[in-house]
Amino acid sequence: MNCRLALVALCLVLGPVPGTAEQIGDAEQGATIFASQCKACHQIGEGAKNRVGPQLNRIFGRRAGSVPEFNYSKSMERMGSDGLTWTLTTLDAYIANPKALVSGTRMNYRGLPDPAERAALLAFLREWSDRPQDIPESEPTALKTDPDLSPEILAIKGDPDYGEYLASECQTCHQADGSDQGIPSITGWPAEDFVVAMHAYKQKLRPHPVMQMMAGRLNEEEIAALAAYFATLE
Amino acid sequence: MLNRRHFIGTGIVAGTLLTAPSVWGQAKPKVVVIGGGAGGATAARYLAKDSGGAIEVTLVEANPIYTTCFFSNLYLGGFRDFESLQHNYDKLAGGGVTVINDTATGVDAAARTVTLAAGQVLPYDRLVLSPGIDFRDGSVPGWSLEQHAEIMPHAYKAGPQTQLLKKMVEEMPEGSVFAMIAPPNPYRCPPGPYERISMVAHVLKQKNPTAKILVADPKDKFSKQALFEEGWQKHYPGMVEWIGSEFGGGNVEVRPEAMEVVIDGEVTKVACCNVIPGQMAGKIAAIAGVTDDKGWAPVDPFSMKSKADPNIWVLGDASAQGDMPKSGFSANSQAKVAAMMIRGELTGSKTFPARYSNTCWSLLDTDDGVKIGASYEPTEEKIASVESFVSQTGEDAALRKATYEESLGWYAGITADMFG
Ligand SMILES: Cc1cc2nc3c(=O)[nH]c(=O)nc-3n(C[C@H](O)[C@H](O)[C@H](O)COP(=O)(O)OP(=O)(O)OC[C@H]3O[C@@H](n4cnc5c(N)ncnc54)[C@H](O)[C@@H]3O)c2cc1C
Repeated sequence: MNCRLALVALCLVLGPVPGTAEQIGDAEQGATIFASQCKACHQIGEGAKNRVGPQLNRIFGRRAGSVPEFNYSKSMERMGSDGLTWTLTTLDAYIANPKALVSGTRMNYRGLPDPAERAALLAFLREWSDRPQDIPESEPTALKTDPDLSPEILAIKGDPDYGEYLASECQTCHQADGSDQGIPSITGWPAEDFVVAMHAYKQKLRPHPVMQMMAGRLNEEEIAALAAYFATLE
Repeated sequence: MLNRRHFIGTGIVAGTLLTAPSVWGQAKPKVVVIGGGAGGATAARYLAKDSGGAIEVTLVEANPIYTTCFFSNLYLGGFRDFESLQHNYDKLAGGGVTVINDTATGVDAAARTVTLAAGQVLPYDRLVLSPGIDFRDGSVPGWSLEQHAEIMPHAYKAGPQTQLLKKMVEEMPEGSVFAMIAPPNPYRCPPGPYERISMVAHVLKQKNPTAKILVADPKDKFSKQALFEEGWQKHYPGMVEWIGSEFGGGNVEVRPEAMEVVIDGEVTKVACCNVIPGQMAGKIAAIAGVTDDKGWAPVDPFSMKSKADPNIWVLGDASAQGDMPKSGFSANSQAKVAAMMIRGELTGSKTFPARYSNTCWSLLDTDDGVKIGASYEPTEEKIASVESFVSQTGEDAALRKATYEESLGWYAGITADMFG
C-alpha cells in the first residue's frame, strides 16, 4: 500500500501558499530521521562530501542531478535537464517514493511514507540550505495545503481493453522492447508506480512538457485503464 | 466517472452494416492498405496484431524499402547515414501482414477492389489509403517534376532525391548561393524546410563558410519561427536570408537550365536550388474518388473514415482532418485510431473515443534540439487542438541536448511501432 500513501503525498503538494512562513516540520526529529535513514549514504553540514549519494548542503533550489563530480543515474540527469528542481514540493514527493518521481534513480531507498516524518526530515535538510524562510514569498518555506484525494480514485478498476488502446499512444515514443535511448523505458513498470507517476505529470510535479500534456488529458479512469493494461503484460 | 467514455462503437457499427463485412459468409474480412509509410505501415501492423488473425491484412507498397523523410534532414547535415533511414517490411510480413511490392493504379469503390500495376485485383471489405503526398504541377513557375527534379531537387520524398541534394550542397563552389523555394500551406512537416535550412547551414559553415542561403517563402510566418531564427542567428550568423511573402517571397520563378532564381523580379545565380512544390494527397486518393477540390481527402474526425466513402479510410498527409500537422507522428497516431475503428466494424471489438497527438522535433545544430507538440480531440467540425507546447527561446544547452537525444529515442520508437 505504498502506492496509496505516495499518491496522497503527491496530491497534497498543490503549490506554495504566499504570505505564510510557518514551520515546515520538527527539525530536531528530522535530524534523528536523517541519522537513521539517510546518513549511511549522504553527508550534510560543514565539510559534507559526496559519498554513495551526493552531499545535501543547499539542496533547496538546486537542479536535480547537478552536484559537480557526482555520478548520477541517467534518469536523474534527464530529470535535471528536463527542469526538475528540488523544492519542498518535489523533495517531499521524491522522499515519499523515489522511484515514482525519478524512475531509474540509483537511490536505493523505498521511501518515507509518513507525511509528518517527511516534513520533519525536510525541515532538517532545510537548515543546511540558504535560509530565506523569513521571507514569506520564498518558495521553499511555503507550506503544503491539505490533502485532497478522494479514495474513489484509488479504487477505480481500469478496463484493460481501453488501456491497450490508450497504451498505443505511448508506444510511438516508448519502445515496447524496453530500450531506453533518449526516452525512458516504461516496459515492466510496476502498476502502482505508473499510476503515481502519471498523476505526478498531471499535476506538473514531474517536469517534461510532452508528458505533462499526455498525462494532463488522462482522467483518473484512463490512468487506471492504462495501469490495468500494463499489469496484464509480462 | 464514465462521462467521458461513451462507447461510440455501437453507433458506427449500426451505420455501416449496410455493407456487410464480408461477401462470403465464412471468409475472414479483408483490409487492403495502400502505402507502407508512417500511416499505412502502422495501420497494417496494428490491424494484424490486435485482431489476432481475425482480419486478413494486405499492404500494397510501391517501394521494397521505405526511406523515412523524418531524419532525412539530419542525413543532409551529416548527423545520420543514409542506411539508418531505411526500413524493410520483413517484420511486418512476419507479423501476419501480406506485403505486396507493387503500385496500386485503380480503385473500384462499388466493387470494392484495388487494381495493381501488374494487373492483380485485390478485393477488400475496408480500404486504407495512406499514400502520402504528390506535387502540384505548375506550383513553382519554371519547374516541373519530370524535367527538373534532377537539376533542382525537391528531396521532399526521401530517397535518391535526398542523396542528390546532399551531394549538390557538398559540391557548392566557395561563396556561392543555396536557394530554397519553400512550399505554401498545407504541406508535409511544417518545420521540415526550416530544419533543412539549419542542416544545410551546418554543412556550409564547416565546408564553405562564405556561402549564403536564400529562402523564398510564399508564407508570412512558419512553424517554430522564433526558435529557428534564434538558432540561425546563434549558429550561422549572417548566412541565412529568409524572404517571406510580404517581401515578395511568394513571387518566384526558377530557371533550372541557367541555375537562376527570380524572387520578386530580382535574379540570383544559385549553385544549388531546393524546390519544394505545393502539395496534394497522393494520386491514388483522387483515383479512389475521396479527394475534394483542394486535392486532399476529407475524413470524419472521430474515426479517420473518408467522408466520401464509408468503406475507405484515409490517413496521414493525404487526409484533410483539421488541426493536426502533416507529420509522421500524426500519421502514426491517426493509424491507431483507424485500426481500432476498422476492427470494431469488422469483428465487433470494442471501440473507444479517438484521441490524437503529435510532437515534432527539429535539430538546429549539434546537440541543439527543439520541439513542438499538441494533443487533439475530434469535434463535429474537425480534429481540434486541445493543448500545445513549444520549446522556448533561450533554453540552456543541457535541455537542448536532452531534447535532441529524445528525438533519437522517438525515431527508434516510431520506426519500431511502424515496422515491428
Ligand atoms: C524533410 C522532411 C522531414 C520530416 N521530418 C519529420 C519529423 O521529424 N517528424 C515527423 O513526424 N514527420 C516528419 N516528416 C513528415 C513525414 O515524413 C510525413 O508526414 C509522413 O511520412 C506521412 O506519412 P504517410 O503515411 O501519410 O505517407 P508516407 O510516409 O509518405 O507513406 C506513403 C507511402 O505510400 C506509398 N505509395 C503512395 N502511392 C502508392 C500507390 N499508388 N501504390 C503503392 N504505394 C504507394 C509510397 O511509396 C510511400 O511509401 C518530414 C518530412 C520531410 C519531407
